[in-house]
Amino acid sequence: MSDVLDLSITDLAAQVQSGALTARQVTEAALARIERSRDLNALLYVAKDAALAAADAVDAKRAQGAPLGKLAGVPIAVKDALCTTDAPTTCASKILTRVGEGNSGGTDPEHGFRPPYDATVVERLRAADAILVGKANMDEFAMGSSGENSAFGPAHNPWDHARTAGGSSSGSAVAVAAGLALGSLGSDTGGSIRQPAALCGVVGVKPSYGRVSRYGLVAFASSLDQVGPFARDVKSAARLLEVISGRDPLDSTSADLPVGDYEAACSRDVRGLRIGIPEEYFGEGLDPAIAESVRSAIAGLEAAGCTVKPVSLPHTKYGIATYYIVATAEASSNLARFDGVRFGLRIESAKSDLTSLYGKTRNAGFGAEVKRRILLGTYVLSAGYYDAYYKKAQRVRTLIKRDFDQAFEAVDAIAVPTSPTPAFRLGEKVDNPLAMYLADVFTLPASLAGIAALSVPCAPTPATATQPSLPVGLQLLGPAFAEERLFSLAAELERRMGGGLRPPLA
Amino acid sequence: MAITRDNVLHVAKLARLELTELEVDRMQRDLNGILDYVNQLSELDTTSVAATTQVAVVSAPFRGDVPRPSLPNELALSQAPRTSSDGFAVPAFVDE
Repeated sequence: MSDVLDLSITDLAAQVQSGALTARQVTEAALARIERSRDLNALLYVAKDAALAAADAVDAKRAQGAPLGKLAGVPIAVKDALCTTDAPTTCASKILTRVGEGNSGGTDPEHGFRPPYDATVVERLRAADAILVGKANMDEFAMGSSGENSAFGPAHNPWDHARTAGGSSSGSAVAVAAGLALGSLGSDTGGSIRQPAALCGVVGVKPSYGRVSRYGLVAFASSLDQVGPFARDVKSAARLLEVISGRDPLDSTSADLPVGDYEAACSRDVRGLRIGIPEEYFGEGLDPAIAESVRSAIAGLEAAGCTVKPVSLPHTKYGIATYYIVATAEASSNLARFDGVRFGLRIESAKSDLTSLYGKTRNAGFGAEVKRRILLGTYVLSAGYYDAYYKKAQRVRTLIKRDFDQAFEAVDAIAVPTSPTPAFRLGEKVDNPLAMYLADVFTLPASLAGIAALSVPCAPTPATATQPSLPVGLQLLGPAFAEERLFSLAAELERRMGGGLRPPLA
Repeated sequence: MAITRDNVLHVAKLARLELTELEVDRMQRDLNGILDYVNQLSELDTTSVAATTQVAVVSAPFRGDVPRPSLPNELALSQAPRTSSDGFAVPAFVDE
C-alpha cells in the first residue's frame, strides 16, 4: 500500500475525495513509512493517534456526503516551530521541554510545550482536511543551515545519510524527500525553506513577506519570518500555498491581498517572460557542478520562449552581514520571552532570585548557536553600538531591496542557484559559525527584500569518487506577491527535467 | 572595535544568560570573528539612505474594537513550570 505515498498531493486528494482511497489507508501507509525511516530523525514527534483520528473524521465526513477539502487525506508534517494543540511544540530546544512528568529535563521532545492554540496555517491545513502526521526536526529556534543545531540530533539527508539536510527546516525537507509525508510546512527567515529544499531535492517556497500568516509561528526575526510549503512537485506546493495564504486578523502584517490561483499558474505559458541573471550569484565560491546545472536549466527556460538577460544586484555581497545584524537583533528581543516562568524549562534553587532564575534557565535551555545570536543581537542593539551596527544594517537593507526593485523594472523574474554547494557533510561546519552563515549567501537577499522566492530541483550533480550524485536547486525570485509567475516558471522547469528524482525510500 | 571579555559579560548580563567561564571565552572569540566580517558594511556610504524596518507590509489596519474571549486562566497556567494561587510563581524580588 506504500505506493499511495508516491502520488502528488493533487492526485491523492482527488482519490480520497472520490473514495478510491480512504484517508485511513493513506495515513496508515504514512505512519508505517515514518516508522521504517526513524534513522533519518526527520520528525521529533509522530502524532499517531491524532492523525488516525483525523483520518477517520475525514472518512466519516465523506460517508455523510459532505464535500472534502483540497487536502483531503493528505499526510502533512509541520516544522516544530508551528504551534499545534494536539502535539508538542519545542522548536528543537531544551528550553521548551518541560521538566517533570517522568522527564529528567530537556532531552525528550515528547515532553515539549503544549500550545493552547493552533497556528493559523495549521488551522487552515486542518480545515482543508489534511492529516498532520508529525512535527518536523529543525535547527533550534530556526537558527542554522544544516539542522545540526537541533537539541535532539540532526535530521539526515535521504540522498546520503552522512550529509546534512540543510536548515533550518531540515526535517520538513527530509519528510517530503523521503516520502514520510506528501507535503510539509517550514519557515524561512533567511533561506530556511529554500536551502534544505535544494539540498534534499524537493520544491520549497518562501512566500512574499505578508503572504502567509505568522500567527502561531514561534518568532525568530519578525520582519523576515515567513511560513511556506515543501512538496515533491510544483503543483502540489502551489496547492499547499493556496491553502495557507491570505489575510489573518491575528497577524497585522499579513497582507490583505487576494490569494493567487497558484495551481492554475502551473499550466500557464511562460513564453515572453524576461528572466534576469545576476552575475553576482555566479562568481567565486559557487560549485562548478551547480553552476552548470543551473545554467542548463536557464537554457531550458530560454528554449521555452523566455528572454534571458543579465541584471545587476551590486549589494548582494553585503547580504550576510546585513542579515546577521538585523535577524539577531530581532531574535534577541523575541527570545526574551523564554524565561522559565510561563512555559518550558525552569532552573532554580531554594535561594534563587528572579535574575538568577532567568540567567540559569536561559543558559541551560538554549544551545550554543542560539546564545551566540542572542549575544550578537543584544550587542548590536546596545548603547554605543546601535548606530554603527543596527542602524547601519537597516540602511544597507534598503540598498539590497533597491537592487531588486531596479532589476524588476527590466525583468519579470530572476534565476540563480539556491545554494553555493550541494549537501555538505554532517560535522563539516559545526565549529565555524561564519562558514555556516556563508551557506545562506544566495537566499538572504530575497528575505531582506521581502520578495517572493522558491527553489525547484534541477539536474543533480554527477557522482564523483568522493560524493554521490546530489540534488541541486534553482532559485526563482520575483517581485513581492508575484508567486503565480514563479509557479509558472518552476512548473516549466519541472516539465523539462522530466519526472522527479527520488532518493532510496524505506 | 574588538569585543573584550568585559563586553561579553556585560551583554550576557543584559541578555540574562549566565554563561560559564568556558562559554565566555568561546563567545568572545566567535563574536569577534563575526563582527570582523560584518564590519565590511562600513565600506558603504549610507548617509543619505533611509533605514528599512519593515518590507512589503501593504497595510496594517486596526481590528474592530470588539471584545473577544481571551485565554482562560487555567489554560494559560497549564504549561507553567510553577504556579501559585492562580498565577505564575516567581521568586520574591522585592527587598524586605
